[in-house]
Amino acid sequence: MSGAGLRQGLGIVALAMGAAGSPAPAAESIVAGLSQNRVSITADFDGSEILVYGAVKRNAPLPEGAMEVIITVEGPATPVTIRKKDRRAGIWINTEAVHIDAAPSFYAVVTTGPLRQILSETEDLRHRITLPRVIRAIGAANESGSPTEFIEAMQRIRIGESRYRVLQGAVEFTEQTLFRADVVLPSNLTEGEYRVRIFLTRGGRVVDAQDRVVGVRKEGLERFLFSLARSQPWLYGLLSLVMAAGAGWAASVGFGILRR
Amino acid sequence: MQLYLPIAEVSVNAFLLLGLGGIVGFLSGMFGVGGGFLITPLLFFIGVPPAVAVATGANQVVASSISGVLAQLRRKAVDFRMGLVLLAGGLVGSAAGIWVFQWMTRLGQVDLFVQLSYVLFLGLIGAMMLQESLRAWFRSQRGGPVRRAHVHTWVHGLPFKMKFRASGLYISVLPPLGVGALVGFLAAIMGVGGGFVMVPAMIYLLGMPTKVVVGTSLFQIIFVTAFTTLMHAVTNQTVDILLALLLILGGVVGAQIGTSIGVRLKAEQLRILLALLVLAVSVKIALDLLIRPSELYSVMPGVLP
Repeated sequence: MSGAGLRQGLGIVALAMGAAGSPAPAAESIVAGLSQNRVSITADFDGSEILVYGAVKRNAPLPEGAMEVIITVEGPATPVTIRKKDRRAGIWINTEAVHIDAAPSFYAVVTTGPLRQILSETEDLRHRITLPRVIRAIGAANESGSPTEFIEAMQRIRIGESRYRVLQGAVEFTEQTLFRADVVLPSNLTEGEYRVRIFLTRGGRVVDAQDRVVGVRKEGLERFLFSLARSQPWLYGLLSLVMAAGAGWAASVGFGILRR
Repeated sequence: MQLYLPIAEVSVNAFLLLGLGGIVGFLSGMFGVGGGFLITPLLFFIGVPPAVAVATGANQVVASSISGVLAQLRRKAVDFRMGLVLLAGGLVGSAAGIWVFQWMTRLGQVDLFVQLSYVLFLGLIGAMMLQESLRAWFRSQRGGPVRRAHVHTWVHGLPFKMKFRASGLYISVLPPLGVGALVGFLAAIMGVGGGFVMVPAMIYLLGMPTKVVVGTSLFQIIFVTAFTTLMHAVTNQTVDILLALLLILGGVVGAQIGTSIGVRLKAEQLRILLALLVLAVSVKIALDLLIRPSELYSVMPGVLP
């Protein structure tokens, strides 16, 4: 029963605290949980939602300045080619192209406030939080005079496809302690490990960070067809043809009977 | 009802797919074209990745062609001998086409090449058919003398003559082989069955009676598209069987309805309608090339070779 693991995942509050990479001594640390640690793509899959919730644990009285929360969800990264059309001899054709080494297939940033105010440039560079930092485009400059234009275009296109989203102010943060955020996963989801990161910041500096993984996998019929197509391509191809031939024949016979 | 497609990796409405399959199947049964030149752009439009759309479109054409051929067979309107000769030529042409396609891919302009061939061939054939069929239509309206379909031309002077009883022809095998090769070549390049080239070529070049053209064209298309489907499944793993199933369910029903309506229409009317359809697709693709696109950039996962 595939749903069992899912339900089990519900409500489990993570045990790991003060995860690796936390920059400051844990005077304030994250205690967090996810509504589910796996997403099953079945035939009726139409997008999903991950609820990220938790609290800030403190050993000392509340320090000066407001605390902010940033939550990111990142899908598996792939290399990407961005092409630009240009007018040549009256028709629009692909001319320039830029290759990106790794761009996530899905990326969401949810925060308590505007990223510019709650995250400093240095911390962004170190943790790769904002979209331009997540997309790694080393060497893209060699291919085109203006790779930034291409990368901005990709961000624009993928935001339009709901693959990338930036939701500033969408984290609910109560009494500087309790936080929760819903991250909607679109229906055109790619399989793989989705990395969920939670950051606490104060005055632009990251106070604590935590890492989680949500596994997204095809299940049931979807899994079966997908792996058959990969492992037995000849069988799969012949199966498609047999199905087509059978359906064509059945329709013809059916209508033949109807007409009589 | 939303349905997640395992290979295309998108979620689409199942009834929308049934409807699309139905419309394309209807046209397929009526005109004897596979419908590949319609289904592929329509699938792009609803968000199916192009590679999956091309491969799965071919699979759907197999089913609608089989359904159509069986319907034509009941009326004894399939010339198997002619179909096999065309097919023999088609396999040679298709092999050549696949080679050219790979060469264009290496040059990095395969999209443009495919679009330009669509515009060129669809436009040319559509315009020729429209002009001819309109003339025939006016002539029959005036009630003037009807000229015979096959006039003796240089085609009839070629050697290796063969009897095609179902078509009532006694001609050389060279023209059908050549037509088959040309269609196979185009099919491999454009990712379609090639019915829209085959049907007019059979009528105007080979002088076959319109009655047997549709069935014979469909018979030949079954094999060309089955071959394409298998090749895509093995080399690219881009055939989505669930997507194909829904398109097919709609398609086979549509093809049967299309065939029974096609029988009631006059041959000239059928040709005028097909010509208009072909021209419309050609104009649409031409406009895509000429008008400034709203988004100049496109994103493709993966690196190019």
